Amino acid sequence: MLRRTFLGVLGATCVGAALPTGAKAGGKEFKGYPGSKGVLFDATRCIGCRKCEAACNKVNNLPEPEKKFDDLSVLDTKRRTDAKTFTVVNKYNGPENPVFRKSQCNHCLEPACASACFVKAFKKLPNGAVVYDESVCVGCRYCMVACPFEIPTYEYDEPLTPRVMKCTMCAPRLAEGKLPGCVEGCPKEALVFGERDELIKIARQRIRRNPDRYIDHLYGENEMGGTSWMYLSGVPFNEIGMREDLGTKSAPELTAGALAAVPMVAGLWPVLLGGIYAVTQRNSKVADEERKEAVDNAIARASAEAEKTLSEALKKADVANKRQIEVEVKKAVEEALAPKEEQEENSEKEES
Amino acid sequence: MSTPANNGPKSAFSTFNLVAGAIIIVGLIITVIRFTQGIGSVTNLDNNNPWGIWIGFDLLCGVALAAGGYTTSAACYIFGLKRFHSAVRPAILTAFLGYALVVFALQYDLGRPWRLPYPIFYQQGTTSLLFEVGLCVMLYLTVLFIEFTPAMFEWLGWKKVRKVVVKLTLALTIFGVVLSTLHQSSLGALYTIAPSKLHPLWYSPYMPLYFFVSSIAAGMSMVIFEGTLSHKKMHHMMDEEYLKHHDGVVLGFGKATSLVLFGYFFIKMIGLAYDNNWHYLTSGYGLLYMTEMLGFVALPCFLYAVGVRDKNLGLIKKAAIITVLGIVFNRFNVSLIAFNYHLPSSERYFPSMMEIGISVFVVTIGVVVFRFITTRMPIFFEHPDYKSDH
Ligand code: SF4
Ligand code: SF4
Repeated sequence: MLRRTFLGVLGATCVGAALPTGAKAGGKEFKGYPGSKGVLFDATRCIGCRKCEAACNKVNNLPEPEKKFDDLSVLDTKRRTDAKTFTVVNKYNGPENPVFRKSQCNHCLEPACASACFVKAFKKLPNGAVVYDESVCVGCRYCMVACPFEIPTYEYDEPLTPRVMKCTMCAPRLAEGKLPGCVEGCPKEALVFGERDELIKIARQRIRRNPDRYIDHLYGENEMGGTSWMYLSGVPFNEIGMREDLGTKSAPELTAGALAAVPMVAGLWPVLLGGIYAVTQRNSKVADEERKEAVDNAIARASAEAEKTLSEALKKADVANKRQIEVEVKKAVEEALAPKEEQEENSEKEES
Repeated sequence: MSTPANNGPKSAFSTFNLVAGAIIIVGLIITVIRFTQGIGSVTNLDNNNPWGIWIGFDLLCGVALAAGGYTTSAACYIFGLKRFHSAVRPAILTAFLGYALVVFALQYDLGRPWRLPYPIFYQQGTTSLLFEVGLCVMLYLTVLFIEFTPAMFEWLGWKKVRKVVVKLTLALTIFGVVLSTLHQSSLGALYTIAPSKLHPLWYSPYMPLYFFVSSIAAGMSMVIFEGTLSHKKMHHMMDEEYLKHHDGVVLGFGKATSLVLFGYFFIKMIGLAYDNNWHYLTSGYGLLYMTEMLGFVALPCFLYAVGVRDKNLGLIKKAAIITVLGIVFNRFNVSLIAFNYHLPSSERYFPSMMEIGISVFVVTIGVVVFRFITTRMPIFFEHPDYKSDH
């Protein structure tokens, strides 16, 4: 029994596991809000001056950094964003000159952080920015686990009101019609702000015009389902710290299968388990019935046997009786005849 | 002056009490630091490693090892294996305490723990697998609590309420299995969102299935393991009925676990073949993976099978311990060791002493409460008023 039901259970879960492929076949691909904005970063133009970092710090009212923004020695060590820094520029070795790459939230079209958050603290705005609402955040940090670009950071030293911190694409400034701080601060036009569709055209044009200068790839066009920030580079992207193995599936696509299985499990399981229960109940009922039947049979057999013995005994008794009667009769006859015989004998004697 | 340790009044200063007391005091001190100085002051968590052992051990292992609750009650009430009846109460109690402790431990890890009800009652992030975990755990904790109450009502002598609850057994059991299926598997599904961070040997779209199937093996092994432990420590609390069935339960669960482990091994291999990840087996992580699969899945599967064939209870209990360790190993691999494998070693996470301290603290509380309840309520024995009433 255990084995059979176990296989049944396994089979049913396999149905759930097989679902992913089926469930996402519907394929609702989200290509971003029409007219949404983005930023194009061109690594071939970036000189690592950290002016964008300074501007970001200023417009977001972030605390003073340990080393001033004009101190370029910080570029010698690899840095990442943290709760007090929404963007960093890192230096990488290029074939001839060093290459600089800015990093910040990429404002994904279908953000992993937003799809991971269980209180919907993250939202993708129609203008392209991915913003965070600290008034609902529980602080589970699943958004940080989920983000493939390792962007959200956390105020670990805040005992009571820690927040997730990341670049907002300057959503408040955009609302006022201003440019993002970093874009405004860049002296080399390594950053271009505009409609995402336009940016893709610009990037293609640059690659077409200078095929020697650029790698033929617009990073962010399709990575993880596409991002609002996109990158051009003259060296392979993995050499400037960007992963090239992220694939083009968006975060919601990755988890769609597991989510689609939920209603199936919830719908199918009770029925299945109820069925198993009914079968086991029936089994034990059948077992009970069989036991009862066996007992009845046994009783029947026993009583039949008893009857047989009785009737045999009766028969035997009959026979015995008959014989006794016979014997008695014979005896009686003999007895009755005996005097007669004697008489006859006597008379015979007399006659002779 | 001295009474035997296992019955009669116990001295308040037994070794157990001393050790447990010390751990609890240390735990309370760390608690104060955590809630006054922030998570960063007691943990090694950082922006690259937002989840540490409080998630990897307290949550993932805690939930997997508490799976004995749904597996045992399902075996008994749904699959009609009445001989497991004596194992149901200890398993339900362990599961209830396990889940309660998971939620308790979460308070340390969450940035704003008092908002824990938010995702359910305030704003639902239904696209999140964590939402599913949260919802199911909350509901299942409630179910477990209700399933546990008959023991409490018997202890308190509330016959009428108890009768009502007992009538709900089947419905509760089915509900419990549904919820367990969902949250056990969605713990694995949590990681499907991060294919770039988890090593390909562990990452798989089948992770939900892996987590679910391994939770069955974990749950049943835990019932065997914990039954053995309690057997040593709580023998005086067990009635004949429990003791009579104990060996049968061990054999039955041993057989089932062997099968489940076999199936688990098989589906893991299918996943490996499906993604064609064989070439990773020769790497360092490959070694780790092989250790997990051969030493902690194939080996206990084999030991269980032999143990059941030879009716060798000792061997089965060893297999149970290996399986339990194997689950912990697996959950650690997924959440900590093979997670963020791409980072240079200087950026990798290792738990701080205080983080470990809290995890030990949580487990200790569990043991203390378990002892408190089992020495008072009818868990290992049937209450005299309710004999043969099921
Ligand atoms: S880069 Fe990370 S934080 Fe930014 S939107 Fe994408 S997933 Fe969210
Ligand atoms: S830490 Fe906050 S924002 Fe991030 S997933 Fe959790 S609740 Fe959402």
